Amino acid sequence: MAFYRPAAWQKPLSLALLCALLALPTGLEALGQEFYIGFATRVLIFALAATSLNLVLGFGGMVSLGHAAFFGTGAYVAAICQQAGIAEALLAFPLAMAAAGLLALAVGAISLRTRGVYFIMITLAFAQMAYYLFVSARAWGGDDGLSLSRRMTLAGFSLASDTALFFAALAALAATMLLFGRLADARFGRALQAIRENETRMEALGYPVFRYRLVAFALGGALAGLAGALLANQTGLASPGLLQWTQSGTLLVMVIIGGVGYLYGGIVGAVVLLMLEETLVGFTEHWHIVLGLLLLGVVLFAPKGVAALFGKRHG
Amino acid sequence: MPLRLTALAAALMLAGSALAADRIKVGFVSTLSGPGAGLGVDIRDGFNLAMKQMGGKLGGIPAEVIIADDQQKPEVAQQISEKFLKKDKVDLMTGIVFSNIMLAVGPAVFESKTFYISANAGPSQYAGEQCNPFFFNVAWQNDNLHEAVGKVVQDKGFKNVVIVTPNYPGGKDAVSGFKRYYQGKVAEEVYTKLGQLDYAAELAQIRSIKPDALFFFLPGGMGINFVKQFVAAGLSRETQLFAPGFSADEDVIKAVGAPMMGMFNSSHWAHDMENAENKRFVAEFEKEYKRLPSLYASQGYDAALMMDAAVRDVKGKVEDKAALQKALEAKRFKSVRGDFRLNSNHYPVQNYYLRVIGKDGEGRITNRTMGTIFTNHADAYVAQCKMK
Amino acid sequence: MTQLLLEQALNGLQFGLMLFLLAAGLTLVFGIMDCINLAHGSLYMVGAYFVAAAAQAADSFWIGLGAGVAGAAVLGLLLEVTLFRRLYQRDHLSQVLATFALILIANEAVRLIWGPAPLMLNPPEALAGPVEIGNFFYPAYRLVIIAFGVAVAALLYLLVAKSRVGMWVRAGAANREMTEALGINVRALFTAVFVFGAALCALAGGLLGPLLAVQVGMGESVLILAFVVIIIGGIGSIRGALVGSLIVGTVDTLGRALLPTLLRAMLPADAASTLGPALASILIYLLMAGILFFKPQGLFPSRA
Repeated sequence: MAFYRPAAWQKPLSLALLCALLALPTGLEALGQEFYIGFATRVLIFALAATSLNLVLGFGGMVSLGHAAFFGTGAYVAAICQQAGIAEALLAFPLAMAAAGLLALAVGAISLRTRGVYFIMITLAFAQMAYYLFVSARAWGGDDGLSLSRRMTLAGFSLASDTALFFAALAALAATMLLFGRLADARFGRALQAIRENETRMEALGYPVFRYRLVAFALGGALAGLAGALLANQTGLASPGLLQWTQSGTLLVMVIIGGVGYLYGGIVGAVVLLMLEETLVGFTEHWHIVLGLLLLGVVLFAPKGVAALFGKRHG
Repeated sequence: MPLRLTALAAALMLAGSALAADRIKVGFVSTLSGPGAGLGVDIRDGFNLAMKQMGGKLGGIPAEVIIADDQQKPEVAQQISEKFLKKDKVDLMTGIVFSNIMLAVGPAVFESKTFYISANAGPSQYAGEQCNPFFFNVAWQNDNLHEAVGKVVQDKGFKNVVIVTPNYPGGKDAVSGFKRYYQGKVAEEVYTKLGQLDYAAELAQIRSIKPDALFFFLPGGMGINFVKQFVAAGLSRETQLFAPGFSADEDVIKAVGAPMMGMFNSSHWAHDMENAENKRFVAEFEKEYKRLPSLYASQGYDAALMMDAAVRDVKGKVEDKAALQKALEAKRFKSVRGDFRLNSNHYPVQNYYLRVIGKDGEGRITNRTMGTIFTNHADAYVAQCKMK
Repeated sequence: MTQLLLEQALNGLQFGLMLFLLAAGLTLVFGIMDCINLAHGSLYMVGAYFVAAAAQAADSFWIGLGAGVAGAAVLGLLLEVTLFRRLYQRDHLSQVLATFALILIANEAVRLIWGPAPLMLNPPEALAGPVEIGNFFYPAYRLVIIAFGVAVAALLYLLVAKSRVGMWVRAGAANREMTEALGINVRALFTAVFVFGAALCALAGGLLGPLLAVQVGMGESVLILAFVVIIIGGIGSIRGALVGSLIVGTVDTLGRALLPTLLRAMLPADAASTLGPALASILIYLLMAGILFFKPQGLFPSRA
C-alpha cells in the first residue's frame, strides 16, 4: 500500500462538499423528499463508522473483524444513558466514546500480541463475546435490543427532527475528518503507515510499535462508538445485531470499496454501499448478489478500491 | 364574473379532493423468511386472497398493498416501518407476526397517527396499560388461546405439567395465560431461545421430570422441530401434548405428520366451521394455494375485510382519523370465524374451541373441532386500558 | 439422573462430531493453502439445500444425502478452479473480503432458487423414533449421526496418518515449497482438499437438516464455532480439529444443560434460561483465549 499524501485539490473539494451537505436538508425538503434526510443521516453515520475502521485497517494495517463490537457498544451506551435519565448528547456521546474506546483498549491490548490470522480470529471472538454479553442482559432488552423512547438533545437543542440529527451527524463526521487529516499527515500517522509497511524495520528503529497500534485501535474504537451513539438516536433502537461479526464484515466491505488507506475511503465506501442498496432494492430484493459480485470484482481486479481510481499515489 | 367562476371552480376542485382519496395505501410488513416464515406467508396469502376477491379494492377504492419482509428482526421492521410512514405515506398497516417486533414498531406508527390492524400479534401491553386508539387487533390477545388450553388441562385433571415456550413477550403471555386457568402444579417452566431449533438438552431435562402433560407454545419452525424431536425421543408415550392453535395448525401438521395425531389444541377458528363465509374462504384458499388455510390465513383474510368495511363506511375519507376509528370500532363485516365484537381496547371478544388432530373424511391429517371452551371470552387486561 | 447425564453426554458428542465434519475441511484448507474461507458455512448451507431438494425429489433421505453430497463436491470443484485458486497467493484481507462476498451471493442465490421459507427435510421413517436399551431411551437418528461422525473420523485418521495422499497433505501443511520441490502435484492436491472439505460440509448439513432447519443464513452461526475449533485444535491438524470439536461440543451442550439449573438456584427462571446459553457460549471463547495463552499455536500445531 502506498503512503497517504494529501492531494492539492483535497481541501477545496472537501469545503465544497461540506457546503453542499449543509444545504442538503433544505434542498430535499423543497423537493418533497424529507424521507431522504433520514437516509442521508444514515449515510453520514456509516461513513463515520467506516472511517474509524479505515484508521485501524487502512492506515494501521490491522485486519479487525471485531470493529462492530465498538460500534454496537456506542449504541448501547447511548440507549442506557437515556434509560438512566441522561438525555443530553454532550454528556452521553462522550460516554459512549469512552466506553467504546476503553473496550477497544482492552481488546487491543490482548489481541495485538498476536499476528496474522490469529489476530483476525481473536478480534472476531471478542466481538462475539460482546454480542452474547449484551444479548443475555435482560435489563438491556436482551434479544430485542434497547429502545430509546425519544431522541436526545444536543446542547439543549432537541434532535427529534430529522434535520437536526442530520446536522449533528455532519458535525461529528466533519470533526473526525479534520482530526483524521491532521493525524495522517503528522508523525503519528506516518509512523503508523510505516509500521503497516514494515514492522520489523520500525521496531529496529526503536519505535514503540505496539503502542502506536494500540492507540490507533483504541481511537478507531472510540470513533466507532460515536457513530453507534448517533445511530441509536436515528433508529431509536440499540439492537444486538449491531455487534455481530457480519456487521464488522459490512464495515470492512465499505472500507475496501471506498479505498483502504485513503483519507476519504470510509466515506466513499459508505456512500457507494448505501446508495447501491437504496437503488438496487427497488429493482430486486436479491440485490445482495449484485453487491457480492461487485465486491468480488473489487477484490480481484481493483484491490485499492474506488478512491484509488481518483486519488494520486505517492511514494 | 369570470373571477368568481374561477374561484368557485377552484373551491369545487379542493372540495372534490377532500371527498375521497384516489388510492388507499396499505403497508404490509411481516416475517417472510427464516423459521417463522410459514406464519407470515399464511397471513399474506389470506390477505391477498381477500384483496383478490374484492378486485384489489378496499371500500370500492383501488388499493396498493406494499409487502415487505422483516426477517423476524426488530431493527429491520423499524426501517421498513419508517419507510412506509415517511416515504410511502401509507394509510393503514398490518402483517406483523411476532409481538416483540410489534412492540418495537408500534410507537412510531401510533405517533404518525396511522391505524395498525394486527392480524396476529396481540401483546398484553397494548391490551392494557399501553392501549392506543390507533391499534386494532382482529385475531386475539396473546393470552387467550393459552387460557383456553389451561382450562382444558385443568378440566381433564392433569397434575404434573411442564411448560415450554420461547423467551419473548409472546412466550411470557403464554405462561401467564395458561396459569390463569390451570390451577395444578407446574413442575417446570422451560424457556428456550427465540428461533432455537435443537431441543436435545431441554428434552433430556424434561424426561428426567416425567410430566403427565406438556404444554408448549413454539410458533412456526420451532414447534415443528420440537414435536419431531419430542416424538423421536420417545417422550410422547408418557406425556400428553397440549398446545394453542398456533403450534398445531396446518403448517406444523404438514411438516410433522402422523406423530402429531391425538394432540389437543385451542383455537378461535377452524377450517371445518359451518358458516357460509368460512366455507367460501376455505374453498377459495384451497383452490388458489393448493393447501388448507391455517388460522393465520383466516386472520389475514379478516384483516382485509375489516379494512374494507371501515373504508367503505367513511366513503374513502381515510384522512378523517376520528371517523375511521369509529368505523373500525363498529366492525361491520362478517368474519370467517362467525360472530364476534371488539372490546373497548380494540381486541376481540369471542368464542374459543377445542380441536384435536386426527384424520378427516378424506384421510388427511388435520384438525377436528370437538367443542367450545369459552363463550364470548374477553382478555384479562381490558380493565387496565384507559381509552375513552 | 444417569439417564439425564448420559443423554446430555451423547448430545454433546453428537454436536461435537458434526462440528468436526465442518472443522476438518476448514482446517485443511486453512492449513495447507493458507486460505481463510469465510464461505465455509455457506458450503454447509448449500450442501444442506442440495440434500433437502434431492431427498424431496427422490422421496428418499439416503438418496438425497448421497446426491446432495455429490452435488456439493461438484460445486466445490467449480469454486476452487474459478475463484479460490486465485486467492491462495493473496493476503488474508483479500481472502476475508472475497469469501464474505461469497456468503452474500450464496445466501441470496439460495433465497432466489428455493424461496425465503425453510425447506423441510425429514429423517428416514425407520429412524424417527427412539432406541431402547433397557431403561435408556435415545433418539435413533441422533445415534446414526454419531455413527457417521465416528466413521468419518476413523476414515480421516486412516487417510491422513496411514496413506500416501495423507502424507502429502501433512507435508503440504508443514512446508508447501518443499513439498512442491519434491515433485508432488500441489495444485491437484489443493483442489482435492477443497472438494473433500466441501463434501464434508454437505454431509454435516444433510445430516443435521432433519434436526435443525434448512434455511438461509444457517451457516453463519456454525462458521464461528468451526473457526474457534480449529484455533483451539491447531490450524492444519485433523487431530486438533477432532479434539477441539469434541471439547467445544461438550462444553456448549453441558453448559446449556447444567448452567440454567445452577443459575436457577440464584435467579428467576427466565433470566436463568437466557443467561445459561449465553454464558455457555462465552465460555467457549474464554476457553479459546485461555488455550491460546498457553499454546499460541493451538493444541496440535502442524507447522514446524
